[in-house]
Amino acid sequence: MILPAAFQDWFARQGWQPHPHQLALLAAEGDSLLIAPTGGGKTLAGFLPSLVELAQAARPDGYLENREGRKGLHTLYVSPLKALTADIGRNLARPVAELGLGVRVEDRTGDTGQSQRRRQRIDPPEILLTTPESLALMLSYPEAPAIFGGLRRVVLDELHALAESKRGDQLMLGLARLRRLAPGLRVAGLSATVEDPQALAGFMAGAQPVTVVEADPGPDPDIAMLPTARPAPWSGGGGHHAIPEVLAAIREARTTIIFINTRAQAELFFQALWAQNDENLPIGLHHGSLAREQRARVEAAMAAGELRAVVATGSLDLGIDWGAVDLVIQVGAPKNVKRLVQRIGRANHRYNAPSKARIVPANRFEQIECVAALEAVRERDLDGDPRGPGPLDVLCQHIGLTACAAPFDADALYAEVVTAGPYRGLTRPDFDACLDFAATGGYALRAYDRWQRLMLRDGLWQLRDPRAAKLLRMNVGTIVEAEMVKVRLRGRGGVPLGEVEEGFAASLTPGDSFLIGGRVVRMDAMREMVIEVTPDPTRQPKIAVYSGVKLAMSTQLSHRVLALIGDPARHGALPEQTRDWLDLQARVSALPEPGLLLSESFPHAGLWHFALYGFAGRNALQTLGLLLTREMEEEGLGPLGFLSTDYALLVWSLDPLRDPPPLLDRARLRAGLGDWLGGNAVMKRTFRNVATVAGLIQRNMPGQRKTGRQATFSSDILYDTLRKYDPGHLLLRITGEEAGRGLVDFGRIEEMLDRSPRREHRMLDRVSPMAAPLLLEVGRVPIRGEGRERLAQIEAEALMAEAGLEGIA
Amino acid sequence: MSGYAFDFHGLRLEARASGALWWADGGWLIVADLHLGKSERLARRGGPLLPPYEGLATLERLAAEIAVLQPQRVVSLGDGFDDLAAAEALDPLVAASLARLAQGRGWLWIAGNHDPGAPSGIPGRVADSATLRRVALRHEPAEGPDIAGHFHPAVRLAGERRRAFLIGRDHLLLPAFGAYTGGLMHDDPALRALVPQGLAVACGARAIAMPLARR
Repeated sequence: MILPAAFQDWFARQGWQPHPHQLALLAAEGDSLLIAPTGGGKTLAGFLPSLVELAQAARPDGYLENREGRKGLHTLYVSPLKALTADIGRNLARPVAELGLGVRVEDRTGDTGQSQRRRQRIDPPEILLTTPESLALMLSYPEAPAIFGGLRRVVLDELHALAESKRGDQLMLGLARLRRLAPGLRVAGLSATVEDPQALAGFMAGAQPVTVVEADPGPDPDIAMLPTARPAPWSGGGGHHAIPEVLAAIREARTTIIFINTRAQAELFFQALWAQNDENLPIGLHHGSLAREQRARVEAAMAAGELRAVVATGSLDLGIDWGAVDLVIQVGAPKNVKRLVQRIGRANHRYNAPSKARIVPANRFEQIECVAALEAVRERDLDGDPRGPGPLDVLCQHIGLTACAAPFDADALYAEVVTAGPYRGLTRPDFDACLDFAATGGYALRAYDRWQRLMLRDGLWQLRDPRAAKLLRMNVGTIVEAEMVKVRLRGRGGVPLGEVEEGFAASLTPGDSFLIGGRVVRMDAMREMVIEVTPDPTRQPKIAVYSGVKLAMSTQLSHRVLALIGDPARHGALPEQTRDWLDLQARVSALPEPGLLLSESFPHAGLWHFALYGFAGRNALQTLGLLLTREMEEEGLGPLGFLSTDYALLVWSLDPLRDPPPLLDRARLRAGLGDWLGGNAVMKRTFRNVATVAGLIQRNMPGQRKTGRQATFSSDILYDTLRKYDPGHLLLRITGEEAGRGLVDFGRIEEMLDRSPRREHRMLDRVSPMAAPLLLEVGRVPIRGEGRERLAQIEAEALMAEAGLEGIA
Repeated sequence: MSGYAFDFHGLRLEARASGALWWADGGWLIVADLHLGKSERLARRGGPLLPPYEGLATLERLAAEIAVLQPQRVVSLGDGFDDLAAAEALDPLVAASLARLAQGRGWLWIAGNHDPGAPSGIPGRVADSATLRRVALRHEPAEGPDIAGHFHPAVRLAGERRRAFLIGRDHLLLPAFGAYTGGLMHDDPALRALVPQGLAVACGARAIAMPLARR
């Protein structure tokens, strides 16, 4: 297609010139994938072919008139964010009106009301804007063939982000269904800069040919560290030393987004910022634990240009383009060069103008990481790991939802599923195992054949009880969040403030104060999964430990960091205090360097600590922690727990680890991995996600509010039971595979061992400079073993003694 | 040993690490809330298809206690079955295991809110309540002194949630013995009202006693 005259005029009236990549997408015959930086008119590029077709259809010979003389759904737009669909709807309204297209643009998300949903199922708009979950839900209705049968185009926004999680896999299964319902469908994917566009194209289109269009990446960003008068703290910290400079930068810019890696850090930074905000610059806070109303208010204020800055977590990585943002400040290390580049792109949405960004390392270690990341940005060296095959838990859910729409033939469904990019390599036995799980639970012991969920009747699989569809639909989606507890102001009205993780809530007793939404509140009571609080600005808050998603530092960036640390000749690039810190480490112990695996043992706070500087990312080091603590348990060292960061592993135990090299033997570790699917917390967490996505554990039950009395037993029990009585069960297999990719990352342990032939262990009499920051990290994994039993007994005895009860038996 | 011995209204009792209560003088083993047949009931009602192994898992733990203690009589303190239909449709493996365990000893099923009637084809007697000297045995605590289940009490110890006995002046509450059972924290208002102070005995590898102080 070429741009019709009416469109050329419209562009001219806006004072715009169509970008070459917008025209390229219009010209593409089949599927296309656009890689473009923010501000490149990406969304318009995605919609332009639809708008041109709809304009042509408005003519008498247009195709859209169907038998009833009614227009049908022409274009489906899918984005990862509800907020984005609303924004796109507003942006499309103008060209649709000005070009006289006479088409309806509506959104359909979890927020859409019942009556609108019903109407959309009978009379869909020409352009429907939705999310992967809402699409999966719509496809589960019997009306799906009628709704989507005439669909011509699909636009997938922020595809790079969707492809990073199971939401993308679910979307691709939905897309495979759409392609079958609407043959000839054309798909346009829109993505930010990624390291491997061809891989993303294969993810989106499977075996279909795709035109990959890479837009001009634009000028290099203006990016640097933010110089601060006070040095970064020796350890830990949330970037508070930089508050005066951050305030000055906010003052000089029009609008600033300040990115911080975790929600708790965002709360603390926000509070610290306001404590020094003498000019009362309007500054907001935005993160995933805040109540939806709160977030919506901040977004609206941002859109209206009322805020000078917003402190945000990954919750603002995607979303509405605020044209006024001209500065991005990243507080804390970015962990991943690609994400840093994408965040930088949030500043300055004028195409062909450089984005401006400043980085604030929160401590001295992060200074090193930031220097390494800046080098990578300048060299346009993006990182990323190849994506694994489509996960089977998502397929299990998909099969259940497919049955909700209509009885299906297993051969036909298999043929459809393997057209989805992530499931290209799916074998028939694996598909059948998923079908068996969806139908019967897939247990070796067929205890209740009578109660299976799907039945084979006349060669087609269908729901035994049609009412099960309600439960399946209520549990659509692949986002599994930690159990959350709502926080509400006490009294009438009870304004919602947000949510905290259940584990954090359990640690609170009435009278405790904590930070949420930028203010200190005191806990009054907990009723039925709601914490009631009153504002209490006079108190010192307990730090909120609710955490966001933690990404592992990329392999490429870790290599850069290790190379920088290990080469004192390059330390000149680091701030002075960081150089001093590394010098001290070199004197007290040693510096890690490429080729050398350094470890230390030292006593601290009554326990022995073992630090290993592996630079293998937090997931791989977590696995190593599990393997290592198991060995330590066997040697009677009484390990109590460990934590992993991107650069090091820290294990604490009752007795010291004196000779680590035998434990770090590759064959021994691999042997440990073999029977490692043991009762550890990481595997249980992985299982919980898998079991929830596959539908064994239900997040939502109809008409039932969870109360303390009815609290369900934990998924850990299911995991233990399956391991004992049904070790070959599909969900255990998926858990193992999942762990092999994301959380376990054994490949990176092997990579670490391979690249460091030299091992060096230091016995120290106190904490080393490099180990100090580890002691302040959150995310400790407890080990259940003899050490824990000894400790539990000590703790209970202390309580008994305190209560004057010792010796009563 | 792995139990915690204490006195309750003149009875010398032992809270076992397994969650069972042992009255050595009379040879009674008391367990609460076995919830046998839970996965079957959920599946029957269109709920999730949970692994159908909770009966085996529960009885395996009970069998271990019976093997060690050789009780004269086993008392199930209510909710032994997740519902009556589940009791009657018990998996053959579970039913066989139950029959083996009941051989040569008395078995008393006290009715609970999940299993108010009398299940047929199950070994043992059924009753609404029983007494042990001056102490009543019933499913839901009422006028003390009594020994009861129903609440599935739990405590937090060394950062972990554990099933627990709650030992108060009027009431002795047992943890749920069944494999698929949730827990209610000891400081929930419902439990505080029943056992405002006293001791909790946490279950696990060992029975660990701790005071129930308001913290």
